[in-house]
Amino acid sequence: MNRVLPQVTGTPRILLGGLALAFLGIAVTFVLDPYRNYQLAIVAAYFCATAGLSVLVGLTGQLSLGHAALMAAGGYGYALAASLVDGMADGGPGTSGDEGTSVVRVLAGLAGAVVVSGVLGLLLGLAGARLRGPYLAGLTLALVIALPAVTAVLRGVLGGDQGLRAPYEDVPPALERLVALEQWHAWIAILAASVAATGLVLLRRSRAGLQMRAVHGDETAARLSGVPAGRVKVVAFVASAVSAGLGGAVLCLVTQSVSPGAYSLAFSLLLVVAAVVGGLGSLGGAAVGSAVVVLLPWLIESVTTALDLPADLQQRLSGNLAVLVFGALLVVVTLAWPGGAAGALAARRAARSQQPPLTER
Amino acid sequence: MSHHRTSRCVAAAATALAVAALAACSVPEPEAEAAAAPGVTDTTVTVGTHQPLTGPAAAGYSSISAATKAYFDYVNDKGGINGRTIEYVVKDDGYNPATTQTVVRELVQEDEVFAVLNGLGTPTHSSVLDFLHQNEVPDLFVASGSTGWNEPETYPNTFAFNADYVTEGAALGQYAADELTGKAACVLGQDDDFGTEFLEGVELALGADGLTDVQTYSVSNQDVTAQIGAMKAAGCEVVMLATVNGFTALAIGTAAQLGWFPRWLSSSSGGDYPTLVGFLGEENGPKLLQGFVSTNYLPMADDEWVELFRQINDDHNGGAPFDGNTIYGMSVGYLFAEALAMAGEDPTRESLVEAIESGKLVGNGVVPLAFGPDDHAAFRGVGITMVNEGVQDFVGTTYSVDAETVEAVEPQPVPLENEGVPAP
Repeated sequence: MNRVLPQVTGTPRILLGGLALAFLGIAVTFVLDPYRNYQLAIVAAYFCATAGLSVLVGLTGQLSLGHAALMAAGGYGYALAASLVDGMADGGPGTSGDEGTSVVRVLAGLAGAVVVSGVLGLLLGLAGARLRGPYLAGLTLALVIALPAVTAVLRGVLGGDQGLRAPYEDVPPALERLVALEQWHAWIAILAASVAATGLVLLRRSRAGLQMRAVHGDETAARLSGVPAGRVKVVAFVASAVSAGLGGAVLCLVTQSVSPGAYSLAFSLLLVVAAVVGGLGSLGGAAVGSAVVVLLPWLIESVTTALDLPADLQQRLSGNLAVLVFGALLVVVTLAWPGGAAGALAARRAARSQQPPLTER
Repeated sequence: MSHHRTSRCVAAAATALAVAALAACSVPEPEAEAAAAPGVTDTTVTVGTHQPLTGPAAAGYSSISAATKAYFDYVNDKGGINGRTIEYVVKDDGYNPATTQTVVRELVQEDEVFAVLNGLGTPTHSSVLDFLHQNEVPDLFVASGSTGWNEPETYPNTFAFNADYVTEGAALGQYAADELTGKAACVLGQDDDFGTEFLEGVELALGADGLTDVQTYSVSNQDVTAQIGAMKAAGCEVVMLATVNGFTALAIGTAAQLGWFPRWLSSSSGGDYPTLVGFLGEENGPKLLQGFVSTNYLPMADDEWVELFRQINDDHNGGAPFDGNTIYGMSVGYLFAEALAMAGEDPTRESLVEAIESGKLVGNGVVPLAFGPDDHAAFRGVGITMVNEGVQDFVGTTYSVDAETVEAVEPQPVPLENEGVPAP
């Protein structure tokens, strides 16, 4: 990687990298048809959550099974803030389609998502810093299971089981002739994902990131060396939560709704599958993992439809086969490549660079 | 060393993509669609739907799309409509709005369906309303009683199928006032649009202070003991239910456990006798459901339509259990076939919508269809049904509901013609 612009190093290099990847992503949307762009937006949303989870588990060793709830928090934050702006803008007739309001609405929604998921992440992180291993997993698991009950109790604000609707985001008039709706949504998703990923990379290589590794390696030793272990864990959890919240906000923007049914326990575990399959701690791995999680059910569906199975069998397979494949995939990956896709790649690279010296000797 | 290889790969990929980006543009060209309507060929018409085949709502509703498909197979065996067979693409959304978004996009963008038919559920279908409107896809006969589908100004291509919840609530409220005069009436409703709109209808008939108690439940909580206990304590004698089938059974079963047996009046969404017996068991179900009142707007029991649908169910649906969902699914199929026949020799999305708005569709309901240019509701009235010795049938009382009033009308069943295949 050092070959391109070697004079740029450190933080500016990471920012530039994030920007370049975002532009690359946006360029990709031009070659995809609307449905693929929609899938790309969903992958980007899942990536935000998976990346947050992956960094959290990989860097600090805190296992969260509740990232779906953090995504939901982001979704609700987005829906509430965007609807609020929409309500204010609706004062005059015909203002809701205005380009300015649309941008303000999306930005307000994203800010709302960051605040809500950040606060929830902070609370969870404060509790989580005192818990270890299975106890933290249990706490976060309880959060996901409690989500429907929470939305039912706060029905007035969160809309119960039916959830909330988010305003419809059309393509801004200036871009109408250039991009399709799904492409526009993919752009927003890619930008949100690159902001989240850049933030996580910066965090990982910062002083705090180093401390996180120290805490993960040996908490007692880290504490003895003067690392504030509790605070470090909380910071990691908040960053991870905000990233997941951004993912939830993107999902809410694209699907125009957020409801507890969409963030079930099964979905939360799917995020863990994506992080593990991709490789814990790796952002590239998180991207691979989220793409697998989004595209695999669709591929399986396409195959079962193409096979022309009996209607009865097809109905039974529909939705269930994907779950089975994910389970099998998880088992196979953990057995074959314990480090996930990213780990397997790194191992191959290491093996290659080591081989020449071995033969020379 | 390996870093260099990676960076070269990235650079090559970036260049390739940049070139491709200049060459292609992903905005669909509008001219392409003008030639032939999407989903229509010389021999087929493809329509799609989103249904809960898995997940929490599957138990109550997964058989509907199979019934619709069986009816289309029957029509196709008879030569189809205007020489075209109807292909029905059913996608599972697990009653999850996020999945609905995905599968409906697949239907529209991948499978290029002519129309979306009978998408099931209020939260699920709400999430695709704008998408379908944006893509000008006819969004026909939504399987939900929300009043949100009847907004011709905002969503000119969306049409409802179910009698809306306000109508059902008003009809049951009026029935309680007429036939169960002076008894303490209560409502148990789902905590979403279903319950809210149903309650609105009941209050239309009984007045805002006409109810002794109102309770709500949440689908995610499979326990209604608290609500049932509260209604029992409040002295309710008549309970009107805005509940899905599973919760109707749960409410009746819980009340029986508490030794409480009020009169139950249920919305059609949760009032299907065979389904309820399935939940309550063959032994106790018929006893508990004796005298159970519900609304309906489709043929029931001994009717020529039901006879035909039973035959179709045996011939094309592998003899699956025959219940209200089967009749519902096939009636949806019939109404679509009728609309398609009326849309002309070479149907387009516009001509299909025009055909429905013409108000000439007849359907097979017990009250006339309300479709018109300014009205996208299917049924503005419902009949009252009762269970008597294991048979659920109309009692003859039918109510028509408009914005302010509920009035008793004569039922107007539609005679079966041409073996149940709409003629062009």
